[in-house]
Amino acid sequence: MLQREELELLRWRISFIGYVIVAALLVLAFGFWNTQIVQVGYYQERAEDNRVREVPLVAPRGRIYDREHRIIADNRPSYNIILLRENSPHTLEQTAAMLSSGISMTKEEVMERISRAVKRREPKFRPVILKEDVSVADIAYVKAHKYELPEISVEFQPRRRYLEGSLAAHALGYVGEVTESELMTPEFVNFKSGDQVGKTGLEREYNTILAGKDGFKRVIVNSFGREMGQLEEEPYVAGNDLVTTIDLDLQRAAEETIGEYSGAVIALDPRTGEVLAMVSRPDFDPNLFATRISVTDWNNLINDPRKPMQNRAIQSRFPPGSVFKIFMAAAGLEEGTLNPLKTVYCPGHATFYGHTFGCHKKGGHGTVNLHDAIVNSCNVFFYNVGNDLQIGRIAQYANMMGLGRKTGIDLPNEDSGLIPSEAWKQRVLKAKWYLGETISVAIGQGYVSVTLMQTAWAMGGLTTGGRLKQPHFVNPDHLKKLGLPSFEVLEEEYPISQSNVDLISTAMWGVVNEDGTGSRAKIEGFDVAGKTGTAQVVGKQSGLKGEQYEDNAWFVGYAPHRNPEIVVAAFLENGGHGGVTAAPVAHAIMETYYKKKIGRFDAKLNTIAAR
Amino acid sequence: MMEPIKSRRFWKDFDWLLLAAAVLLSVISLVEIYSSTMAQPTENFFIRQLAWVIVGISALFIVAAIDYHLIAEHIPWLYVLAIGVLLYTLALGHTVAGSKSWIGLGPVAFQPSELIKMVVVVALARYFSELRSRRYMTFMQIAKGCMIAGVPIGLIALQPDLGTALTYLPAIAVGLFVRGVRPRVLASLVLGFVLVLPVSWLVLKPYQKERILTFLDPERDPLGKGYQVTQSKIAIGSGGLLGKGVFNGSQNQLGFLPTRHTDFIFSVVGEELGFAGVIGTLGLLAFIIFRSIYNAVTARDNLGLFIVMGVVGIYFFHLVVNVGMVIGFMPTTGIPLPFLSYGGSSVLTAFIALGLIESVRRCRYVN
Repeated sequence: MLQREELELLRWRISFIGYVIVAALLVLAFGFWNTQIVQVGYYQERAEDNRVREVPLVAPRGRIYDREHRIIADNRPSYNIILLRENSPHTLEQTAAMLSSGISMTKEEVMERISRAVKRREPKFRPVILKEDVSVADIAYVKAHKYELPEISVEFQPRRRYLEGSLAAHALGYVGEVTESELMTPEFVNFKSGDQVGKTGLEREYNTILAGKDGFKRVIVNSFGREMGQLEEEPYVAGNDLVTTIDLDLQRAAEETIGEYSGAVIALDPRTGEVLAMVSRPDFDPNLFATRISVTDWNNLINDPRKPMQNRAIQSRFPPGSVFKIFMAAAGLEEGTLNPLKTVYCPGHATFYGHTFGCHKKGGHGTVNLHDAIVNSCNVFFYNVGNDLQIGRIAQYANMMGLGRKTGIDLPNEDSGLIPSEAWKQRVLKAKWYLGETISVAIGQGYVSVTLMQTAWAMGGLTTGGRLKQPHFVNPDHLKKLGLPSFEVLEEEYPISQSNVDLISTAMWGVVNEDGTGSRAKIEGFDVAGKTGTAQVVGKQSGLKGEQYEDNAWFVGYAPHRNPEIVVAAFLENGGHGGVTAAPVAHAIMETYYKKKIGRFDAKLNTIAAR
Repeated sequence: MMEPIKSRRFWKDFDWLLLAAAVLLSVISLVEIYSSTMAQPTENFFIRQLAWVIVGISALFIVAAIDYHLIAEHIPWLYVLAIGVLLYTLALGHTVAGSKSWIGLGPVAFQPSELIKMVVVVALARYFSELRSRRYMTFMQIAKGCMIAGVPIGLIALQPDLGTALTYLPAIAVGLFVRGVRPRVLASLVLGFVLVLPVSWLVLKPYQKERILTFLDPERDPLGKGYQVTQSKIAIGSGGLLGKGVFNGSQNQLGFLPTRHTDFIFSVVGEELGFAGVIGTLGLLAFIIFRSIYNAVTARDNLGLFIVMGVVGIYFFHLVVNVGMVIGFMPTTGIPLPFLSYGGSSVLTAFIALGLIESVRRCRYVN
């Protein structure tokens, strides 16, 4: 037993223990005070981050219809596998290692997807898409491993579907994930990384109308990431449907008859500017882009020397060849340097400024007037027309009639083509204009180059008496009715006398109906008129032979001859003679148009309405 | 010296406030265990804990009714029995979470290392109180005292349950300090303990090293070991001043809190009852501790004093380590919070410990 004199010491020791306890309790209390009172905001935020997950609700893109409300492009359901980096119980490498084999990817592929998001400094709460458009087996794997891999889930995403594959691919364009550089531009200000946006064509031009507004729902999740309830939901707003002016029947007729040629076809209504069909070949399947396009597919498209991504209807310029004669004739008649009674003797060639220029008919056309010259496409006659006008007036009239400038069609990246002039040559080539060059220009060779769109537009404008209607795929009145951002169809009218229009038009009727160069475009009962063109790829003198040196074939036609309703321009690269290869393509489209007009079109055979 | 339990004297000397504080803590515990295990109703955590609380309170009264001198008298063979049980556990125990620390007692599994704490406390108290009166203990006396605690500590450490083994240390430490050792010796003991730490690092299991490293730097592996502490702090911090309300703690209810009904029960208290609930709960625990110290100081003899101070040492250690862990001040160990954490052995032992204190108090006026 302790002595009582040590009691004080004992008391002191116990008091000391008491003080230690008090001190420890105060330290603990301070810890709670600091956490629960001082830093409460921070921890409440983190608890909320834990508890609440924002799930995007992807808005489906608006559908694209043809003029008869037949679906060309719609959406199909698809699922992506996504990674939520926030609150993941694994490192990114662990996740990749555990997941990759189950969804038939390599670990490196998964890591590559993740590191791309990391490099872009995307916020952690934004899901990283690891695999798009996954199979049922992939979904099953993810669902079956939701406890081992709570950070992985599947996300619904509607995907673009082009019902007819490559049909009208260049006009429609395609969709793809918005790029970083696109996001910097005002056009995509309302979009965020990962969104699907229109890249080319109508998908791009009307992207803001077609794209919906994504919604989201905020859900409560447990520590396994399983949804336990919903806090709020902002439903998506689906994109607006787009009714185009495309006529699927005409489009399909064009697609079929152009066959294997490279080239393009356009059909439009010159009275309104509505585009009825647009084909460009070679083409591509826009469905390839609806999911992330594979590297192989992309390289194949980009490295293809035939440039399938290029829209040859509006983005390529070619010498118009004899088609240009029509506009030369109009210019000459309006300027008075030409009259319907004027005749020229064609011996098969003519000499201007010391150069001899040939006619395509070796023996010559003999004595020809304007009508004959158009019907038989006499070069010598038009050399004279050009020489009389000279380059200044040629350029002035060609431009006025719609050539060598953009038509304003509602598609991105339209080319302007080129109508040369003295000023142009001085500015660009730093050289004087040679008078002999005017002679080549007169028959649509030399420096002249136009887009197919311009040719159709200008032909429509001329044959409707000088009224140029801005070509378009979407009726602005439709957009206005829906309260969507719209536009006005620009209209130009240039002065040209009706008698001159009739003269030229009658001659073009002759091209088709008087055993002229375009007789293959003839349709019984539908007064088709038009002009062929056979534009040289290389000079005849070069002696080069082979498919790639074949002439480019043109045919620009319209019907009916009086008050035209449809203009068709067809251009076939290396197609040879325009009357032989291009005229039948135009024929097929106009015949379809005519049969539909008179009610003889067999809709069952040639429509997707029966789908 | 036995006071009949039904006598007026027994009830008059009984420390009702101490019991009231323990019962209040049990109520908080039951509510939060119910709240944190609502998602697993089939496990019946609430009912089982309630049963253990009732058993515990009964045990408290029984122990309180026994004169602690009687227990001290029988402590040698109780101690031997305890060593036997620990050996049995080591040989034939159930393995839970990597430690062979459980034995089956009929239908219930029991963790003997909990209850044996009380045997060691009484054994040490008897030893310290019976030492010949000298100002400071001799080296041999210190060594013998350390042996009494060291044998069970060693057996528990072999299970291996280092956390529980550590909880025995305050019993011997408080005993030595209160009985008195030369400041020189005290200093060298502390120094020795500090020097042993690096050596013990070598014998630690990888997961134990990981825990300590994570404690030193919780963001080292935020989604691994640090996850528990991070989630615990989020739960506590988001509780704010008044808490989110019982059953409303999202961290708790949505399963973000780890082992929330056992080791991390205090995080649930922090989240659902807020700073106010934390201070209230800590206040009740502090009240029990200081009330016990008061009972120690007023004890009739040094045996009683050493028993109570041993109990205080052990439970204060539990409190500091567990509460320190949930707030991120201490490394993650599996040490339960007395009266609050789910667990039969822990609850029963805590009430028996209170019973011992009641016994000491009850005998203070007996001469």
